[in-house]
Amino acid sequence: MTAATLMAGILVLALHAYVLLGGADFGGGVWDLLARGPRKAAQRALVAHAIGPVWEANHVWLILAIVLLFTCFPPAFQRLSIAMNLPLTGVLIGIVLRGSAFAFRGYGGDRDAVQRRWGRVFAIASLVTPILLGVVVGTVASGATRLEPLGLGFTAVYVTPWLTPFALAVGLFTLACFAFLAAVYLTLEAQDTELREDFRASALAAGLAVFVTAALALLLARPAAPLMRRGLLASAWAIPFQLATGAFAVTALVALWRRSYLVARFAAAAQVSLILWGWAWSQFPYILPPDLTIADAAAPAATLHLVLGTLAVGAVVLLPSLAYLFRVFKPSAGQ
Amino acid sequence: MSNLVAARFQMGMSLAFHIVFAVVGIGMPVLMVLAERRWRQTGDRVHLDLAKRWARGTAILFAVGAVSGTVLSFELGLLWPGFMRFAGPIIGMPFSLEGFAFFTEAIFLGVYLHGWDKVSPRAHWVAGVIVAVSGALSGIFVVIANAWMNTPVGFDLVDGRPVNVRPLAALANPAALHQVIHMTLAAYTATGFAVAGVHAWLMLRGRRAAFHRHALTIALLVGAPAAILQPLSGHFSTGSVARHQPAKLAAMEALFETRAAAPMTIGGWPDMDARRTRFGIAVPYLLSLLAFNDPRATVQGLDAFPREDWPNVPAVHWSFQAMVACGVYLAIVSLWAAWLARKKIDPDTRRGFLWAVVLGSPLGFIAVEAGWMVTELGRQPWVIYGVLRTADAVTPMPGQLFRTGVFALIYVFLAVVVTVLLYRQILRSPMDTGEFPGRTG
Repeated sequence: MTAATLMAGILVLALHAYVLLGGADFGGGVWDLLARGPRKAAQRALVAHAIGPVWEANHVWLILAIVLLFTCFPPAFQRLSIAMNLPLTGVLIGIVLRGSAFAFRGYGGDRDAVQRRWGRVFAIASLVTPILLGVVVGTVASGATRLEPLGLGFTAVYVTPWLTPFALAVGLFTLACFAFLAAVYLTLEAQDTELREDFRASALAAGLAVFVTAALALLLARPAAPLMRRGLLASAWAIPFQLATGAFAVTALVALWRRSYLVARFAAAAQVSLILWGWAWSQFPYILPPDLTIADAAAPAATLHLVLGTLAVGAVVLLPSLAYLFRVFKPSAGQ
Repeated sequence: MSNLVAARFQMGMSLAFHIVFAVVGIGMPVLMVLAERRWRQTGDRVHLDLAKRWARGTAILFAVGAVSGTVLSFELGLLWPGFMRFAGPIIGMPFSLEGFAFFTEAIFLGVYLHGWDKVSPRAHWVAGVIVAVSGALSGIFVVIANAWMNTPVGFDLVDGRPVNVRPLAALANPAALHQVIHMTLAAYTATGFAVAGVHAWLMLRGRRAAFHRHALTIALLVGAPAAILQPLSGHFSTGSVARHQPAKLAAMEALFETRAAAPMTIGGWPDMDARRTRFGIAVPYLLSLLAFNDPRATVQGLDAFPREDWPNVPAVHWSFQAMVACGVYLAIVSLWAAWLARKKIDPDTRRGFLWAVVLGSPLGFIAVEAGWMVTELGRQPWVIYGVLRTADAVTPMPGQLFRTGVFALIYVFLAVVVTVLLYRQILRSPMDTGEFPGRTG
């Protein structure tokens, strides 16, 4: 394996961590928005309690991914920055409003009106941001990030490539995955049974939404993202991969149904992880299909080697620190 | 407004907004851990109360800082794709290191803010120390990347493309050391005085003296030494800028003519058409002395550079003057504080001193903003000094003015909310609520 391929793998790994951790924080915001019934306030309080100590650390995975992208694959970063400018700008606005509103709600005083106002901003931003992130991923998968000639006009260059049914379907799918992860995690965070039942129901609903949106995206992938579709359906590893993903998906739902929440969490995380890696694998060796390969986009070897060294040293500091953070605030993880 | 100007305005706005929170993220953890340590040593709950209050303020500011920093890391590409394509492999290294430092900072700030009852007292304090150290490191790595833009090294330029990239050499670029020292001291000065000013003001308003006196002491303990060292660091910076970025120095000093025994001009109106600075107070020999440690040394003026390579001289000159004025004022107040401490005089009995601290409260941050104006505007028209012009790095995407407007609205909105929330936190001083139990030893 070349240093560039290894680095691309680490980049996917950073995205992977972001999806499983940061994605669930966004999903928490979705459940804040959808909180309902007699335990509405308790549901919201649980979400806030669950993401409060960890969301900033979880968010750094995205920053790490971006830094690795612009350091190790600068042409890919350049192209994404231009072609995906609008959805990425939307992601940024969403990230800013989500994080700020969450902090403002936590420290803005206890008046109900204030809480509701910031809660609303937090929740809506949590809903919109994953959709836009998914749109970017969908556009990359469909190979539409190849920069159109600037002379074609603003819409053709900056809007049409990502405003497609397929990209939007991937956006909805991303949202469903994040909400699903969050609801499954929250069944383990909840201390009392009724609250746990609430999130069990939410998780089951979100699990169905994952199925529906995945089917929709695959359906639309036929014309929109042939490379990915071929990778996901027709290559040699496709069948075992599909079977494994499906098995984890079914396991997650069955485990939720049977109230085996630890199993459900493991299966849900495995399912989403396989989907992410399946996407990455299906477009290998391209970092931006249909033409920019990992090797072509890679920075000079000197940079790649130094960054790999930095990552190795950084991991020695980072991983124990993260383990400590989660042991302090997520003791249920060890059960 | 052209796309380039709009993009520059937007980048400047994002930096000016974020730097406030970045500075607080470096300074506030030091204040928190000092207060917590005093509480552990003395058992005086005033200090515990202080640590918790400061932590609440830090929590709000850190959240906004984390997300506005994310905006910047994307905007490097969204606004300057040409720059990142060129610079990414060369200065990605400090950004990666910053990523890890920021990770550590976020993790242990989570432990610090939410872990008062969940971890041992010692672990809690250590978490605070880690936040303080990694916060400073985050800032240092980003400043190193910026310093490289001023003194780009670690690559060879062939046909406008970097080859033979040496990231470690880029890391050790000539401007890195002086910029890192200057900015780190500035962060402690700005935070220390901002906090000290708030508590001095509350003391003047007759609020609970003991509480605010302790707060004032800790804040000045952080801010004053840094403020006293800052002029020395500034002198060190001047020497480096004179050698490596002479056009920037000429703009800072509004020096149009290359000359020996150059004077330093205080104030003054740079007349761009006449190519001379009017109405300034010229201090003979001072510029040569400060730049080269030799009163007769020759200093390059703007005439040594083609007109199209000049930065905006009045903006750079006045920003520089503002920064120096703030810095000198804070250094003097710091010496005053040191003298009071040495004489063991209670600051509560020196209203003049308290007013001086109140007046200094915003000046550290004004100096930080002005200083960044100097280094960023002073580098123009280059984004990478002497290598890549800002105009050649800007995004081809039209409509940047609209984008700038959207982000301006967001920043103004966030600034107003943060100000209101912090104001409320400050007003919740202990004597107002009666929650303050006093010494329990």
